[in-house]
Amino acid sequence: MKKIIKSTLISGVICASLSGMAMAAEMSTDPIKLTLHDWSGQLINTKIMGSILTEAGYNVEYVQADYIAQFAGLKTGDLTLAMEIWATTGQEALDEAVATKKVVNVGETGLQAIEEWWYPLYMKEKCPGLPDWEALKACSEVFSTAETAPKGRYVGAPVTWGGFDEERVEALGLDFDVVHAGTDAALFAELESAYQRKAPIVLWAYVPHWAPAKYDGEFVEFPKYTAECYSDPSVGINPNAAYDCGKPRGPIWKAAWSGMEDKWPGAYATVKAYNIDNDEMSAMVGAVDLDGKEIDEVVAKWMSDNKTRWGNWVSK
Amino acid sequence: MMKTFNTIMNSIWFWIGLFILTYIIAMDAKNIAEYLNAPWLTKYPKDWIFPTKTYISSFMNWLIEDASFGLFTFTEFTRAISWTIEQPYKFVLALLSSGFTSGFGKNIVQILPPLSWLGVLAFVIALAHYAKSWFLAFIVGLSFLYLAVFGQWDSAMITLASVVIAVPIGVGLGLMFGIYAYYHPLFEKILNAILDLMQTIPIFAYLVPILFMFGFGPVSALIATVIYAAPPMVRNTMLALKSVDPEIKDFGIMTGCTRFQLTWRILVPASLNQIMVGTNQVIMLSLNMVIIASMIGAGGLGFDVLSSLRRLDIGGGFEAGIAIVILAIAIDRLSQAFAVRQVQINKKHKDYGVLSRYKRTFIVIGILLSALIFGQFLPFLQDFPKAYELSTGTFWSDLIKYLNINYFDYFEAVKIFLLKGFMLPIKRFLLSVPWGWMILILTILGWKFGGWKLALLNLLMSLFIVINGVWDKAMITIYLCGASVIIAAAIGLPLGILAAVNDKAGKIIGVFIDTLQTLPSFVYLIPVVMLFRIGDFTAMIAIILYALVPAVRYTAHGVKNTNPELIEAGIVSGATKWQTLTKIRLPLALPEILLGINQTIMLALSMLVITALVGTRDLGQEVYIALTKADTGRGLVAGLAIAFIAIMADRIISAGAKKARIRYGMEAE
Repeated sequence: MKKIIKSTLISGVICASLSGMAMAAEMSTDPIKLTLHDWSGQLINTKIMGSILTEAGYNVEYVQADYIAQFAGLKTGDLTLAMEIWATTGQEALDEAVATKKVVNVGETGLQAIEEWWYPLYMKEKCPGLPDWEALKACSEVFSTAETAPKGRYVGAPVTWGGFDEERVEALGLDFDVVHAGTDAALFAELESAYQRKAPIVLWAYVPHWAPAKYDGEFVEFPKYTAECYSDPSVGINPNAAYDCGKPRGPIWKAAWSGMEDKWPGAYATVKAYNIDNDEMSAMVGAVDLDGKEIDEVVAKWMSDNKTRWGNWVSK
Repeated sequence: MMKTFNTIMNSIWFWIGLFILTYIIAMDAKNIAEYLNAPWLTKYPKDWIFPTKTYISSFMNWLIEDASFGLFTFTEFTRAISWTIEQPYKFVLALLSSGFTSGFGKNIVQILPPLSWLGVLAFVIALAHYAKSWFLAFIVGLSFLYLAVFGQWDSAMITLASVVIAVPIGVGLGLMFGIYAYYHPLFEKILNAILDLMQTIPIFAYLVPILFMFGFGPVSALIATVIYAAPPMVRNTMLALKSVDPEIKDFGIMTGCTRFQLTWRILVPASLNQIMVGTNQVIMLSLNMVIIASMIGAGGLGFDVLSSLRRLDIGGGFEAGIAIVILAIAIDRLSQAFAVRQVQINKKHKDYGVLSRYKRTFIVIGILLSALIFGQFLPFLQDFPKAYELSTGTFWSDLIKYLNINYFDYFEAVKIFLLKGFMLPIKRFLLSVPWGWMILILTILGWKFGGWKLALLNLLMSLFIVINGVWDKAMITIYLCGASVIIAAAIGLPLGILAAVNDKAGKIIGVFIDTLQTLPSFVYLIPVVMLFRIGDFTAMIAIILYALVPAVRYTAHGVKNTNPELIEAGIVSGATKWQTLTKIRLPLALPEILLGINQTIMLALSMLVITALVGTRDLGQEVYIALTKADTGRGLVAGLAIAFIAIMADRIISAGAKKARIRYGMEAE
């Protein structure tokens, strides 16, 4: 907490010289509450947004909240803004919340989420033909463990993330057992362990995340996702089953309490304008998770490097 | 007729026969069901599921959105409570961690910095010296120095702030409820049932309703902590008041005390020792909650553990985890020292000079003030200098990596052996016993140990599980906990006996289990995943590590405290050391050991929610899914199912322990 205040103080001094910043006259001094989760990308994203709003003169507060449970708070206005709702994992919850008219989708953050089966590069030798998914059919046994043999073992995401991997395995005729990790941490602990031993593994990975940056590897290429593939069994390779394709890719949304626009119109416009891309986010996530830098430090650096950019968002 | 039936039930052959019968039924259940064309025998039909969870969820919606007390709504009421708790919390947080500021955004101005690390250090050292001795001051000082040197200070102060608020609330409420229950026997009965549920329903199950009622943020985390930590306080208060010597109480009544005077001037002071045991439990449990509280907004050390492990920084997670252990131990020792001090009669002071009498106070104030004033120019007085901070760095990660690369195959072999030879058979067996038969057996067990009341309780509770459609998950829960408890007991009992007969070993084992109890399990969960992969085996290791503690502690206590006269009698009649242990001490310790196993089961069940984080498919997972989907009803139903399993196990074992005590003449029938 103290660090946040300090870093904002420092950047406050730097930016005091910046002129032409529109200060909304009608703004409320109530705190704008931004939600924090437990992965670095989201923390960086949120802290950047928070720093910009602080610079613009708003009262900003960070609240730790669960990714899905936060919608309950967004609906009542307990929480104001969530900076990362992934189309891949949170779309359902977001749509449901938007339907109640208590939550609004503020648009894309500019980040594009990819989620798919992923393997370390050394697996290409053991299973030639990758990244094409058909290769998995031939060498499922390479990926087996004593518990799943002769079937291959695929480590899926926590059940709550959805993903339809059981259905996919069935529909594509892959000889794999889907084992669900309980958390993100457990998922990548498996990868770290296998990678150290150069042992076979195929698992759910996603970007922007530090793991695909730290380990050499690739996503499996499944038949391209279409909405029909998920909803209509007759579409796709297997005429009798849905989910016979890869996972959807999609934007990461910003979601806000619907009262935000009336209460802090200026801040709402700034949030709407906010835009950042995968590459700069990956670089920052890497700096935090791989190089061990402090999040506040990385955020402060972005703030001083991109003054004109966020200055424009504020003046909107 | 009744009598003959009882003798049959008491015979060991009856139980063996019942087990064999169950086994045969389990093996042939599928065929029988198919033959009779009655699939409902083995699988409880979906159409029969009673939608309790939907009712709970809609009740919750009504409570949050429509319920009103006339003048104000239910939500306004709960929000007022959170506001009331938030004010002191904000103050303490500012004092310890964030400093006092005015304004916000970039106009933020710091009026006063938080207490400097030197000041807090001086304060706790002085407190420890005041409470007990220089030795305690040394221990406590060293603990807080660890926090500063290992860079945990900022987070530790946030955690400390929430403990400073949660513990008094927990203790105060616990005391109030305990006292009220002492005077009102009917209330005590109801309260006992509620406490049972509070202690057995996993926290995750009620986090969602708490978030709805009290809003997001640290206050909800504080309230969850209080709910989790207060029950032992209530129980200890009731126990303490009941154990007051009736003569003391009568004396109070004779001298014409009002009830208020009787309570606060006589009963509470006379039973302060036991009440402090409760206080101590509240402190320990509050620190146990740190990780889970950080998931819903408490921040601090718990958050550090979570986020370190999320980026697989095992060393970072370990350091923060140890910081929690150290904080817990320091506060625990301090509170125990205070408890002892309160009971002692105050010594007469030799000198009456203000300065010499309040030496410590003046020194602490002096350090605080000078750190405040000079800290502006000499920053190291305010914050521990970054350059001198230590870290174990990559040591822990490297250690795990070394084990992983060199010994993974051995681990794998052990795992496969246990999995195939021990765990999977239990799982298959439990899943194939038809639900109707299992309920019948539970009812018989209840009857045998606790009469018709327990039989009815078991029947109703197991029916609840089945009609809510969580039977299979409940069986996986029993399998996972059962397997873990068996192994925990197999490790814990010998360790406990060793600790009892050998003082040196006892001390080492003591430190070991203290650490296991306070170290957040998440710290070792991730390394275990790395070595054993995701799956039931990993979950089992985590459960064993956590649930081992009471098995060791109760066994050691029971064996150690055997009636010395009986041991004497054994030695006189020429028993060897081995014979005294196996023929006298162990049988006499049996009731205590059973209670230890009982506690092991309770802890194993409470670990379920954590093991869901590594991907188990039991009731813990059900609760966890409900949490992430913010589904109140689903979470509470699964939570209640876990609670009922715990309560059934507890009642059966407690009744068994009672029988054992009666058999050895330690308790009248």
